[in-house]
Amino acid sequence: MPDNVTWLGTPAFPEAARTALGNNQLRTNLRKATGTIRDKRLAVTGELADWEQLRDAGAALKLRTLRHLDSHLVRLEEAVTKAGGTVHWAADAAEANRIVTELVRATGQTEVVKVKSMATAEIGLNEALAESGISAYETDLAELIVQLGDDRPSHILVPAIHRNRAEIREIFRGAMGEWGRAAPDDLTDEPRDLAEAARLHLREKFLRAKVAVSGANFAAADTGTVGVVESEGNGRMCLTLPETLITVMGIEKVLPSFADLEVFLQLLPRSSTGERMNPYTSMWTGTTEGDGPSDFHLVLLDNGRTATLGDEVGRQALGCIRCSACLNVCPVYERTGGHAYGSVYPGPIGAVLTPQLVGVADKQAASLPFASTLCGACYDACPVKINIPEVLVHLRARAVDEKRGPVPSPETLVMKAAAMTLSSPRRLGWAQRFGAIGGRLVSRGGRIGRLPGPLKRWSDTRDTPVPARESFRAWWQRTRGEGRS
Amino acid sequence: MRIALFITCFNDTMFPDTGKAVVRLLERLGHTVDFPAGQACCGQMHFNTGYRREAKPMVGRFAEAFAGYEAVVTPSGSCAGMVRDYHKVLDPEVDPPPVYELSELLVDVLGVTDVGAYFPHRVTYHPTCHSLRMLRVGDKPLKLLRAVRGIDLVELPAAESCCGFGGTFALKNADTSDAMLADKMRHVQSTGAEVLTAGDNSCLMHIGGGLSRLRTGVGTRHLAEILAAQEGDA
Ligand code: SF4
Repeated sequence: MPDNVTWLGTPAFPEAARTALGNNQLRTNLRKATGTIRDKRLAVTGELADWEQLRDAGAALKLRTLRHLDSHLVRLEEAVTKAGGTVHWAADAAEANRIVTELVRATGQTEVVKVKSMATAEIGLNEALAESGISAYETDLAELIVQLGDDRPSHILVPAIHRNRAEIREIFRGAMGEWGRAAPDDLTDEPRDLAEAARLHLREKFLRAKVAVSGANFAAADTGTVGVVESEGNGRMCLTLPETLITVMGIEKVLPSFADLEVFLQLLPRSSTGERMNPYTSMWTGTTEGDGPSDFHLVLLDNGRTATLGDEVGRQALGCIRCSACLNVCPVYERTGGHAYGSVYPGPIGAVLTPQLVGVADKQAASLPFASTLCGACYDACPVKINIPEVLVHLRARAVDEKRGPVPSPETLVMKAAAMTLSSPRRLGWAQRFGAIGGRLVSRGGRIGRLPGPLKRWSDTRDTPVPARESFRAWWQRTRGEGRS
Repeated sequence: MRIALFITCFNDTMFPDTGKAVVRLLERLGHTVDFPAGQACCGQMHFNTGYRREAKPMVGRFAEAFAGYEAVVTPSGSCAGMVRDYHKVLDPEVDPPPVYELSELLVDVLGVTDVGAYFPHRVTYHPTCHSLRMLRVGDKPLKLLRAVRGIDLVELPAAESCCGFGGTFALKNADTSDAMLADKMRHVQSTGAEVLTAGDNSCLMHIGGGLSRLRTGVGTRHLAEILAAQEGDA
């Protein structure tokens, strides 16, 4: 089953991160890009007096919608059908891919143009279409860079955030010719020239395409209106020029009513690109004679979402509007980049969404909730107030419980022993006396240097103070007597 | 006021001087400090690492040890946050007393910002993530530090970025933790401070451990120790 929620072969986070951290070019690109976008976001969210109320409204709307998701989806189906569209239900990636492939086949076409979409990346649609001899062309500039570079996206909004313009020039020069109109020989790495090369390359595709595939940022259940929010206008080309439009949308994207957009169209651009308003907001309601695609299909994708909905703490992750603010403020993401998460959903949201969509039995996915210091910067930034740290610790518990078996792991043994000690003042007192003696044995000049065993990686880069000769409780007892117990 | 001290297992074992400083400071301000001997650990490490089953008994023990107190003070932002935000999640039956991180107790409850301290050193302050984003202590620690006589308080660049400690994160994701630590140390060194202070010794042990390994000559001191310091101290 082609499924990109996690990329097969990616090692668990700590190991993948180690590789990424050694890439100095990546570190520089990320530092610059995340730093710039952070400042922009703070400026445009700070200027709204009611920003906090907007966040509250967004969070409440999402949670309320999720509670009655089933009925909203049925309403959406009715409205879309009435407006001339066709709704398909896909339980998993394989089913969604099969539906889309059959729809494309029915048109007799072997090419589709694509609007940037997380849902189709999640199900590995491009790969599935390729197996049936259908070429899918990404038209979002950053997605194009990723596709031409035979690469993986590393950010949900800026998939090529790990590339700089010199690298992009090389990718364009090397690969554009194979996919269509080649880049000019004298292509420079000036943004304007790069954009022009992409424009000419893509224009050819837009004018030829008979079928487009998109994702959706939202769909209003009352009117059946589906919408895509973007910056370049390439999405709008795909949504308006072809005859057939196939939209793949996660079931959590439905909103009860068109009026709810008032909240989300303010929250999204300010949080994602740091703009007051995004340049292109395209909306369509079924089909309209003589205007845009004459055939519209909406594929509603589950792929683990219903299971996620069943987790009372974890379900809030389904409220995500994919703004990527949490990635941009995350100190871990800033250093490792997106590839280390081994999933189309990187960063803090990926660390809470991926393990829920694929389950914590998967070793790589189970490592993701631990890829955080719980610093809380993501929660502060999230426009729909998803309490990511809360979900992270919740999923850590699920990952630990999943692994508990008849034979405890070394980590479990250590944690159990520690719990025994730390839950009793008497045992803690004993441990403190032993620790003070042991610490003194291995210390030099009042500091503990490199240690073997499980503390090796800690002590490789840090000195540790020696545990005190007299603990606080021993001092208190000696100087103040018993106290209340 | 009668205030119970929750020392935290970590400070109890590794940094008893911080606890002594809290006692000295509060007594100097005219308050009575109790140390309930039945206290142990708040369960944060186990809870944050996913070992809820193991953490739960600690929650009950905490509530028992501090039952009846009007105010509990602790020199740790993250342990205060653990009790406040998560004890009820672990055990809905318990009802922990109000727990304040030191700067919250001083500024919000006791209403003081000038605690009569003297600390003639160049100091920079790192706001730890849990005090900043779980407790929302804001600039209370800075208000207290600004009132210290003799201090040369300098601003830490990118102060609100996490230092990379994160409890077991520093072991499980050691490489990423190192990368975050490196940036934090670079910012600390750029201030020219002799002393880095914070409201949590765990973060300070991590940053201070790196500063010590590199022989930077920058030391670390818990906020409580600076606030307790007076003229005539060694
Ligand atoms: S979790 Fe929140 S901050 Fe992160 S991408 Fe989703 S909506 Fe944005």
